[in-house]
Amino acid sequence: MAVPLLDIKGLAVTIPTRGGERAAVSNVDFSVDRGEVVGLVGESGSGKSLSMLAVMGLLPRQFGVSGSIRFDGEEIAGAPERRLRALRGRRIAMVFQDPMTALNPVQTIGAQITEMIRLHNAGMSRAQVRQKALSLLEAVAIPAPERRFDQYPHEFSGGMRQRVVIAIAIANDPDLLIADEPTTALDVTIQAQIMEIFAGLRAERGMAIVLITHDLGLVAGLADRMSVLYAGRIAERGPVGPLFAAPRHPYTASLLAAVPSIDDVSERLHAIPGTPPSLSERPPGCAFAPRCDFAVPACRASEPDLTRVGGSVVACHRANDPAFAARLKEPA
Amino acid sequence: MLKVVVRRLLVMPFLLLGIVTATFLLAQFTKGNPLVSIIGARNLDNAEVVAAAKARWGLDRSVPERYAIYVWNLAHGDLGTSFRTKQPVLKDLAQRLPATLELVICAMIVGAAGGIALAIVSAEFKNSLADHVARLVALMGSCLPVFWLGLIALFLFSVQTRLLPGPGRLDIRAVAPPVTTGFMLVDTLLAGNVAGFIDAARHLVLPSLVLGWSVMGIVARMVRASMLDVLGQDYITMARAKGAGRLRVLVHHALANALIPALTILGFTFAYLITGSVLVETIFSWPGIGSYAVEAARSLDYPAITGVTIIGGLGFLVANLLTDVAYAAADPRMREAT
Ligand SMILES: Nc1ncnc2c1ncn2[C@@H]1O[C@H](COP(=O)(O)OP(=O)(O)OP(=O)(O)O)[C@@H](O)[C@H]1O
Ligand code: SF4
Ligand SMILES: [Mg+2]
Repeated sequence: MAVPLLDIKGLAVTIPTRGGERAAVSNVDFSVDRGEVVGLVGESGSGKSLSMLAVMGLLPRQFGVSGSIRFDGEEIAGAPERRLRALRGRRIAMVFQDPMTALNPVQTIGAQITEMIRLHNAGMSRAQVRQKALSLLEAVAIPAPERRFDQYPHEFSGGMRQRVVIAIAIANDPDLLIADEPTTALDVTIQAQIMEIFAGLRAERGMAIVLITHDLGLVAGLADRMSVLYAGRIAERGPVGPLFAAPRHPYTASLLAAVPSIDDVSERLHAIPGTPPSLSERPPGCAFAPRCDFAVPACRASEPDLTRVGGSVVACHRANDPAFAARLKEPA
Repeated sequence: MLKVVVRRLLVMPFLLLGIVTATFLLAQFTKGNPLVSIIGARNLDNAEVVAAAKARWGLDRSVPERYAIYVWNLAHGDLGTSFRTKQPVLKDLAQRLPATLELVICAMIVGAAGGIALAIVSAEFKNSLADHVARLVALMGSCLPVFWLGLIALFLFSVQTRLLPGPGRLDIRAVAPPVTTGFMLVDTLLAGNVAGFIDAARHLVLPSLVLGWSVMGIVARMVRASMLDVLGQDYITMARAKGAGRLRVLVHHALANALIPALTILGFTFAYLITGSVLVETIFSWPGIGSYAVEAARSLDYPAITGVTIIGGLGFLVANLLTDVAYAAADPRMREAT
């Protein structure tokens, strides 16, 4: 088999706090092949953004990152800043989560798009760069790009800013696009447009996409595989079809149960009772145990290892229990 | 934007009137006799001389009368005549203001550029040795007394090593260029006097450094705080995600935003320096507003004191106005909002 485009093994991120180092992400394995779309889902605070910022080497200096991150076969965990700079924006690009804060308030939209182009295309003339920027604005369905070019972020709505952020990210035809909640701020029609753009980029240019989202509908629509994060660890990962049809982890099952139907794409993942453990009060054993309807004493005693079940990989003590798998599909 | 400027310009006369009134009243409450400086202590017993002087300088009138006359004259651009120099105060000020402005502008460049540079270093290397050193350098400028610094600087660089000239604006033996703008750097150039220009520039170095260092601390502290705030913003991470280098991120993305909240303090600092340069002017025999103010205060020269106060007040008002303009220039969100 060919080398995956992105191959993360045993990724851990620790955050220094007053009470000592807190493990925000641990033992995460994650891979993306060329042209593949992989969904990364999980509740707020599960470590989705942290893991992907770690890939780009963009975490604050005081955060600890360990594990292996291979991009196109090259180890980039702890690579020198120079090397990472050449990859960032050129081969790996990121759509930031919050469009209201991701754009520099004192620079024009045009300047912020052209910066991305110029940083990686030293030979291009001013006119070419401008032309390219305008066509990007057009690609993300911003009306009147010529006029919009010289405006500032505050003159754009949230949805428009989100599209500008996407335009910037795809400017240099990256091999890997990390899209962190790319459609949260958008209404349903624009959301569909963006998804279409993503699908097009993947089909035409073989762009691989990591789709971080709360929205399982988006994952179902675009992703080939998905990984479910819970409290900074992989709960379950596998191909989207089987995983949706037969979740093996109680958390995945409740995520799916929280989405009434795949058409209702605006549904968010807050329908599961309880909250994930905070970084400082992680229980011993399975982190999901306090909220799990299927918990048995063994769950609180030791942490479940990732095991292969069918096409998926699951971290649950009861994943191999046949009776349990059947019950999972019934509403609890 | 224009609206704000116009509004500020319209209220300016009223603010000035307030400043004038306050100064005028304060001057009335000071104990001491201005006649001492007008006619000399020896003549105070001579009733005739005293009466004549009082009549000549209007000191025989009541306070409200004097106030009314002063304001009336002021409205006509007349700041009165100095008791001490016997010249119109306006003329005295016009002669001395350029000297102060030249010094203050240079000091401001030192203070702002130095403060911003220190702030960038200390924000980028937060809590490291470089941060501590940068903060110490900035803090020392604020804490060490200016007159002491001035004397040490003169001693080290002028007396001991002779690297730089002593007090004054030009070498004593040099012929001053004809006064056009009053700015020595400009006038020497206008006169085609390159040697004079270099001399003037060399004379500016020490007082500008001393005065500039004294405001570096406050500038550095403000800019450091807002740099740290800005560096944590998403758009900074976004700029890095584009592949921008550290310096580009710091200056092009972070500083451009971090300076906005610091503009107020820069404007305030500039205004403060206009009258706050007293000690430096005194130590460096700088013929500016500061040393004029000291002499005026010493001799209870009311018209001169009020004149200096007006200049100080005007300095603040102008600095405020410039700050507003700078805000609009720096922050696109302000352009429409105002
Ligand atoms: N700069 C930071 N300082 C301290 N803690 C942080 C920081 N960034 C993230 N965390 C913590 O790390 C954990 C994971 O955060 P992360 O941003 O990766 O969550 P997420 O899965 O992206 O959630 P969301 O869906 O809300 O974006 C959270 O508990 C969060 O509080
Ligand atoms: S290990 Fe136990 S508690 Fe954890 S998800 Fe599985 S059944 Fe629930
Ligand atoms: Mg996130």
